[in-house]
Amino acid sequence: MTIQTILDLLQAELLTPDARLDTQVHTACGSDMMSDVLAYVKDQAVLLTGLNNPQVVRTADMMDMVCIVFVRGKRPSPEVVQLAAQRGIAVLATGHTMFSACGMLYAAGLRGSGSHV
Amino acid sequence: MSETIRLEYTVPGDDFARAGEASADLKHTLKRMGFPAEAIRKASIALYEGEINLAIHAHGGQIAVEVTPTAIQMRLTDQGPGIPDIDLAMQEGYSTASEQVRSLGFGAGMGLPNMKRYTDQFAIGSQVGVGTTIEMSVLL
Repeated sequence: MTIQTILDLLQAELLTPDARLDTQVHTACGSDMMSDVLAYVKDQAVLLTGLNNPQVVRTADMMDMVCIVFVRGKRPSPEVVQLAAQRGIAVLATGHTMFSACGMLYAAGLRGSGSHV
Repeated sequence: MSETIRLEYTVPGDDFARAGEASADLKHTLKRMGFPAEAIRKASIALYEGEINLAIHAHGGQIAVEVTPTAIQMRLTDQGPGIPDIDLAMQEGYSTASEQVRSLGFGAGMGLPNMKRYTDQFAIGSQVGVGTTIEMSVLL
């Protein structure tokens, strides 16, 4: 699945206009607890979160994630968006809740990653 | 790489927004130098968890990194409150973090277990009222 597909499925808004929307996303993770996100290895992943602070981008950067989706209408600050853009991470915002957004991506074939290191 | 690379960082206390800058710098410095991606990822995730701990539990601290031809070695020291029961602190899910820290996305009790999980060597020493030292390495 590409970032463009996620953008379309979640009727989301792209907050990093320079992002490469043809980037492939292989796995997904939905959480507001960053240490839980850090506990599992992911490959070319998207992070769905309702948490809104710079540590979301730091976490995604450490995990080599390619995309962050802010759910339930959360709007990250310009500093957060800028940090993500610097790291080459696409930032999307959707009005859907965490549960619905995860469900839509799962139904379209995207899967989580459940293996520890 | 035959030379040892040394990097040092100071983590400010109680400045949550800046926590993670050292790990990001380590990650991107080692990436530029061409080290293996998986080793960089493991080291930077472990250091990031440590950095968050320094910021939220220890009022800041110091990080010293040495990259030798065989390992990425990281030493974190602080003069924080110390850990009374290290075995308990190493258990997944155990945390003493405040509600405020949890609302920021941390304090799930995964920090120390994640550091151990992502490194090949991990040692922690702590004295209540004196501080905590963590030494951990990822082998190259």
